[in-house]
Amino acid sequence: MTDTRANPPRFSLTRRRALSAGVAGGIATLALPGILRAQPAPVKLGLIHPVTGALAFSGSQCRKGGQTAIDDINAAGGIKSMGGAKIEPIYGDAQGRAEIASGLVDQMAEAGVSGFTGCFSSTLGLAATQTAAKYNLPFSIDSGITDSLTTRGLKNVFRMFPNASSATNDGLATLEAINKAAGSPAKTVIIVHEDSDFGTGAAKLLNAKLPGIGLTVLSTIPHATPTRDFTNIALRIKAEKPDIVMMSNYQNEYVLLARTLVQQRVDLVAMYSLLGGGFNLKFAKEAPTVAEGMMDFNQWYNPRNPAALAYRKRMEDSGATFTWELLLGYFAVKFLADGWERAGSTDKDKTIAALAASTYSDHFMPYGPTKMVDGQNINAHCVALQMLGGDMKVIWPEQFADAKPVYPRPKA
Amino acid sequence: MPPLEIILPALVNGVLTGGVYALIALGLTLIYGVLHIVNFAHGSLLMLAMYGAWLLVAHFGIDPYLAVPILAAVMFVLGWGLYAGVIGRISRGEDRAILLATLGIAIVLDNLALVIFTGDTRNIETDYSFAMIEMGPLLISVPRVISFGVALACAALLWAFMTRTDTGRAIRAVARERDGARLVGIRPERIFALAYGIGVACLGVSACLLLPTFYVSPQVGNVFVLVSFTIVVLGGMGSFPGAVLGGLIIGVTESLGGLFLGESLGPIGISLVFIAVLLLRPTGLFGAAR
Repeated sequence: MTDTRANPPRFSLTRRRALSAGVAGGIATLALPGILRAQPAPVKLGLIHPVTGALAFSGSQCRKGGQTAIDDINAAGGIKSMGGAKIEPIYGDAQGRAEIASGLVDQMAEAGVSGFTGCFSSTLGLAATQTAAKYNLPFSIDSGITDSLTTRGLKNVFRMFPNASSATNDGLATLEAINKAAGSPAKTVIIVHEDSDFGTGAAKLLNAKLPGIGLTVLSTIPHATPTRDFTNIALRIKAEKPDIVMMSNYQNEYVLLARTLVQQRVDLVAMYSLLGGGFNLKFAKEAPTVAEGMMDFNQWYNPRNPAALAYRKRMEDSGATFTWELLLGYFAVKFLADGWERAGSTDKDKTIAALAASTYSDHFMPYGPTKMVDGQNINAHCVALQMLGGDMKVIWPEQFADAKPVYPRPKA
Repeated sequence: MPPLEIILPALVNGVLTGGVYALIALGLTLIYGVLHIVNFAHGSLLMLAMYGAWLLVAHFGIDPYLAVPILAAVMFVLGWGLYAGVIGRISRGEDRAILLATLGIAIVLDNLALVIFTGDTRNIETDYSFAMIEMGPLLISVPRVISFGVALACAALLWAFMTRTDTGRAIRAVARERDGARLVGIRPERIFALAYGIGVACLGVSACLLLPTFYVSPQVGNVFVLVSFTIVVLGGMGSFPGAVLGGLIIGVTESLGGLFLGESLGPIGISLVFIAVLLLRPTGLFGAAR
């Protein structure tokens, strides 16, 4: 028999159905508080980066790395020692301005965050961490490199990654080793750096230390950010004939300087940067003539760890340009979450104590478990990278290398 | 004191760079001359044009120099459309509202670029990217010479258009005396849209000229816009010859300032020349007193 009515009822109430529904409803009502109790409160995490303004690309990359870490942690069951509490991100755009970064910390502290990661640049990080110290909230630095982030006696600030001193010392020792291995073809250096905290600090360190590895500094050339044209600097470099140009600047200026040096046919043994802002895979793809053979001492993954290669593939498959900022954003969050895991709560003092004693080793960076001394992981190290055949290869230290250095650079 | 072998190339480089600055400033000065407002969206529209040029290279393999007419036309239509569809409607003839409308467009474009292209920096490499003309110790970049030539040719064309054609005369008439122009049958609203379109088309050309030697990012407009404002004021607001000469002066000052004062302190040179010119000629080099 068929129902011929235009709108047949989808559900008809019978006594049996009414009873079943009542019983089921009662059970659900009784069980609801239990279910609610089983859902621990989410842990709010503040991620502060410059995602607009001149530093937008790098800041966005750090944020993206952080997002993927939060996704991974939540997908794996959240903070287990806290009953599977999920991490709830709160994003802030510091716009490249220190006062905004500081203001965001205040706002997020009001919003109840249990910790922070950020802020890509050292200048932003210095302001934000100082403000976070007011609230005693743990702060996991991602790519801020300046030493002073962790040397101001702030107990709440931690950095899993190398600081400027360590990157400079390791970077110079590596340059010395590569140069010696090739028969010491390089004797002189010109330093080109951007003129804020990051570049000026690096240049000062280089000036002090390069003579110690047998390299004479011919000149130190600062420049503003942004700089529209590097022809003058290239001409000066060409006139002084150094063997190596060491550059310490942000992405746009890094690319522009490198391009101008190649254009002006400046013959060099190497273009070597410490934490070069524009040294990335996209640069290799878009400007292969310029990029080929360039060297950088920087944060990178351990290419011999399959998990690292899988992470890179995953990010590239998602359409992201794979850069070191992604790694740092990712592990800054993972490190902080590991602190909450170890502390078993978001209690500020317990978390800070857990981070200070942390031996976090579930990562694929080219170093072992973390060992914090005054908030700085003293086990962290950068590696030497070189653009070879359109890809970034680790060339030093040998235990992590996936290619041999091409040094000296082929003539222009 | 830097050696002569550096000063001479720096001077040449400054002149060549100044040519492109001049073209960017020409669009700005034209818009100011006719609409009597500073186009705050100028930098953002330049950025948009540079992304357009980059897309044509990266996805369609069209050389940036060959893309000049395409992008000039597209940017002209965009500029016209922006004025006719947004700025003119919002402002209702009020200068303050035009100013705010252009500022609003800048904010929207900057953020759209961030969403669509991310904050990433893009580059291109062409067959001639590293081509150089050797003249003794001088190594002159071929793309810069081409950019300079095309920029000056565009400036000359624009000047001829403004002085030799009826439309150009109509634009000048509206710039000089809006009500008078209306009385002789010129429709100022159409001229405003036309002037805005031509100003923005200049950015289309500038974008193609910049791309072979520069990068593109959502902030790239800011790198050029301040210097363009300086050129426009220096040359005399609304003056074509002023924009060209101002561009060249700023290009050379920037280059030599960087050389003598260092790249950090170099930009002071631009400000010093700017202040000096305004002290001696408050209307700018070619500006007429009102």
